[in-house]
Amino acid sequence: MTDNYDAVMVGAGHNGLICATYLAKAGKKVLVLEANATPGGCAATREFAPGYSVSSCAQWLNQLHPAISRDLALEQHGLQWAAQNLPSISLDEQGKHLSLLGNKVEGANVSAEDRAAFVAFHAKTEKYARLLVKAFEARAPKLVESNLTDRLTLIKLGLGLKMMGRDDMSDLMRIILINMYDVMEESFDSAQLKGLLSLDSLLGSRMGPRTPNTVFGYLYRRVGETLGNNGQALVKGGMGALGEAMAASARAAGVEIRLQSPVASIDVEADRAVGVTLAGGEQITAPLVVSNADPVTTFQHLVGFARMETGMARRVSHIRCKSGTAKLHLALSGLPQFTGLDDAQHGARLLVAPDMNYIERAYNAVKYDEYSSAPALDISIPTLHDATLAPAGGHVLSAIVQFAPYAPEGGWEAHRETFMQLVIERIAAFAPGIREQIISSQLLTPADLESDYRMSGGHWHHGELSLDQIMMMRPFPGATQYGTAFDGLYLCGAGAHPGGGVMGLAGRNAAREIIKRGAAA
Amino acid sequence: MKKYDAIVIGAGHNGLTNAAYLAKAGLNVAVLERNAYIGGATVSRELHKGWTYTNCSYVCSLLRPEIARDLELPRHGLQVVPYGGGVTFKRDGGYYGNYYDHNRQYREMARHSKRDANAYERYTADVMKQTRLIRPFLLKRPPDPTSLKLRDLRDLTEFAGSFMEMGEEGLADTLKFWTKSVGDFLDEYFETDVIKAHLGGTGVIGTALGVYSPGTAYVLLHHYMGDVDGNVGSWGFARGGMGAVSGALAKSLLGYGGEIICDADVDQIVVKGGKVTGVALKNGDEIHADVVVSNLDPKRTFLDVMDAKDLPADVVRKAQNFKIRGSSGKLNIALDGLPTFNGLDKSSPLMLGDMHFSDSLQRLERAYDDWKDGTWSKDPYVDMLIPTQTDPTMAPPGKHMMTVFVQYAPPKIRGGEWTAEDKAGFEKSVIDQIAAQSPDFKDLILHCETRTPKEIEAEVGLTEGNIFQGELTFDQLLFNRPFPGYAQYRGPVGGMYMCGSGTHPGGGVMAAPGANAAREILNDLRQPNIVPGGYADD
Repeated sequence: MTDNYDAVMVGAGHNGLICATYLAKAGKKVLVLEANATPGGCAATREFAPGYSVSSCAQWLNQLHPAISRDLALEQHGLQWAAQNLPSISLDEQGKHLSLLGNKVEGANVSAEDRAAFVAFHAKTEKYARLLVKAFEARAPKLVESNLTDRLTLIKLGLGLKMMGRDDMSDLMRIILINMYDVMEESFDSAQLKGLLSLDSLLGSRMGPRTPNTVFGYLYRRVGETLGNNGQALVKGGMGALGEAMAASARAAGVEIRLQSPVASIDVEADRAVGVTLAGGEQITAPLVVSNADPVTTFQHLVGFARMETGMARRVSHIRCKSGTAKLHLALSGLPQFTGLDDAQHGARLLVAPDMNYIERAYNAVKYDEYSSAPALDISIPTLHDATLAPAGGHVLSAIVQFAPYAPEGGWEAHRETFMQLVIERIAAFAPGIREQIISSQLLTPADLESDYRMSGGHWHHGELSLDQIMMMRPFPGATQYGTAFDGLYLCGAGAHPGGGVMGLAGRNAAREIIKRGAAA
Repeated sequence: MKKYDAIVIGAGHNGLTNAAYLAKAGLNVAVLERNAYIGGATVSRELHKGWTYTNCSYVCSLLRPEIARDLELPRHGLQVVPYGGGVTFKRDGGYYGNYYDHNRQYREMARHSKRDANAYERYTADVMKQTRLIRPFLLKRPPDPTSLKLRDLRDLTEFAGSFMEMGEEGLADTLKFWTKSVGDFLDEYFETDVIKAHLGGTGVIGTALGVYSPGTAYVLLHHYMGDVDGNVGSWGFARGGMGAVSGALAKSLLGYGGEIICDADVDQIVVKGGKVTGVALKNGDEIHADVVVSNLDPKRTFLDVMDAKDLPADVVRKAQNFKIRGSSGKLNIALDGLPTFNGLDKSSPLMLGDMHFSDSLQRLERAYDDWKDGTWSKDPYVDMLIPTQTDPTMAPPGKHMMTVFVQYAPPKIRGGEWTAEDKAGFEKSVIDQIAAQSPDFKDLILHCETRTPKEIEAEVGLTEGNIFQGELTFDQLLFNRPFPGYAQYRGPVGGMYMCGSGTHPGGGVMAAPGANAAREILNDLRQPNIVPGGYADD
């Protein structure tokens, strides 16, 4: 029985560590409990074959909020970049690739009109993303029972909207609700460009380019760029090194982190969180319990439906968090040769998203709990920038795969090998010799990501980023401002506003809210 | 050369409604119709001798009762006969029935799932709550959120106010409802495939989206907004077919002194010095008026009958980007007798309503995948009715008329025009689906009129054959319908207005756009308002 903590954090994911650090800096004594052996949650590096390591869940870093990185002094605590400002290259089987960085598009099949149209599109969406940043940096305002803080946020957002000018304002209100497919058709001719941008709008989700909400998904991604992260970045030592740097920063602020200590339950007495019980049976009491776990795990599995009213239980069980994303890791004996790419270009972010209909067809499958026969891919070869991840001469290829179902008929074990070979076949269409270089391979299905990283549905945003699950509806009404129906229980993970993607704002906003409420009480 | 106070282009139900109100207010109005007959998509036609086909729109429920009453449509011959019931046949030979009687409905649902039967109460209450919220706004002009005009700010406050009254959770439920897919929405209540499929079909009717596309829950709501004789959410047949609706509107219009000119194909709206001066017909005639109202869809209005040089560039671009996608077709069939359906007695009340053959959301979604691939659904969603059981005026004694609405059919087949083989394949996929549940159906067919989006466009003038004059997606609803900046029925040119389903509140035989546009026109002419506003429920 330990009871001298001000707060107990469930989970040492990046948001949990960020939140804990801010709380510790405000003078609170915080204990972080993590089920896995390493801190960082989805920011993890794992050895998947002897000598070969990979960022096994989150792959690229492009959204981390610079203020958080500064406040936590991550670089002093060991964060190093392997590469920054990497372009995205959409692969073509004939080698006519398209490359995109910032507002510049280059490639054989892009007309001067498209190039110019993209500059304008980029500038316009940047404006929209700036407004989103404003909304993301504050707690989501309540609309009905609003108070001064919320009203100020709303006024700020309203003004931001008006300041854009009438045309941009009405255009934003028109497109924010619709799908990427239509917006792309309105804007560009190049099928490859449209494919690349629409893949960006739906990575990590269970949506196709024609699904409404995807424009929001694209703007969400653009937030990273707006925050100054131009292009894609890779962390030296893999994403796990980011988790370690965050943990080091937390410890330096006085946070205690206990690894391999899975929480079995959040203990509630008379609608008040009083502490947690570990899987080993140990009970830890604290006046504050903060959950970095996703909302379904938090409320259904850790608190328990029996502890809450049926309306709340229903809202929790209706959160849409089944992922459509898998990951493939290949340990390679040498650098694969992609047709038409020079050596330096192999280090970029490589995409298989030739056109929007290709992605849409890939998405069709997952609607019926089937896997895509021709999936869209987001590939990186991190070893080109970071030799520490593989033995000398060896390389690692890591791919985000859209789409794989959460629960295919007959279970994943019946399909795993077939699907993995199918994904490898897809890559081999662009890098013909790659099969001979494969030493070992690993496929992480949504179900694997769920069990490895304790995310319900395996969803890296802890719940689909769709209009019915964002802002004042994230994760559900009654828990939208980090506090919950249980006094002393707070959410700080990707399932809370504004969402996931190694941005860190959910953790920082939650800490601010906890500190503010503590002062008021 | 004759001069009118106002000209309305197109004698669809909204054009007639608009003109009727303008005439009632004392204006000298003419409605110009391209076809030899009136009604647009609200028609009854004898395309097979002795049979009346209600060959476009086919059921009546959305028609605003305020308008029907105000324009005295019942006196002018409109009689709406409510129907209860409906059925979805299952592949395995069973069926799910939809009864008018509440207790019977509960028992039928419980036959499939006790849990679903209990959830139905909650479902109905939730849907009705959303319906009640939106209905008062149907007969109102949508406020422009980018405007700082007093009237817009006042309307916006009123609009926001009625949402705020719902409370935090109620508001969240509403926002969810408006943004969710009908599939996700139904999954929250029901567990039985056939029940979800039966209820979910209305979420995609007339829409180029699938049951799992976000935004389709709203389309379901759109279909629930109507009422027959004050009975919210119920449906009916117009006696004599949908042509009875346009017929009654026309009589009302003529009664107020308006004129209808058929075979008058408008070539162009004439604009001089930034104002309309009338219209030029294809036969070379010119008709003058200070007000020209277009009942055509936004694409036809701005890209066809208006000249780009008369329009601001943004309007041309917005009209080009306007989404009006053909997604449905229709079969109208003359039958030698009443067909038999598996497991259903011919006297069953389920026979009187809408019949369907898609027994899971997955089948509905796969039908949409075909459309996305640029072809008609191989296993389509059909909404089929045999109105002659209720209204014997539409076929000779003992014979029947069947109306089959089919989702999905694209305007083009993989980018090319529909060929005769395509059309035959489309027809076959529908007939086979029905015949699979009705052994005598094929033998009873005397005549079949098959309409792909191409035929609908050619005859009715709806671009791509879209029945709603534009997708009911959020970028095209309320202050965005048809496009931002032009959602208050006024065009970009002085004296030019829009009154079709391409404006708020959208399609279905509702007549609200026509009435709302008349209110704005009278307002601009500084005439007293005679157009009723929406009444609040209860």
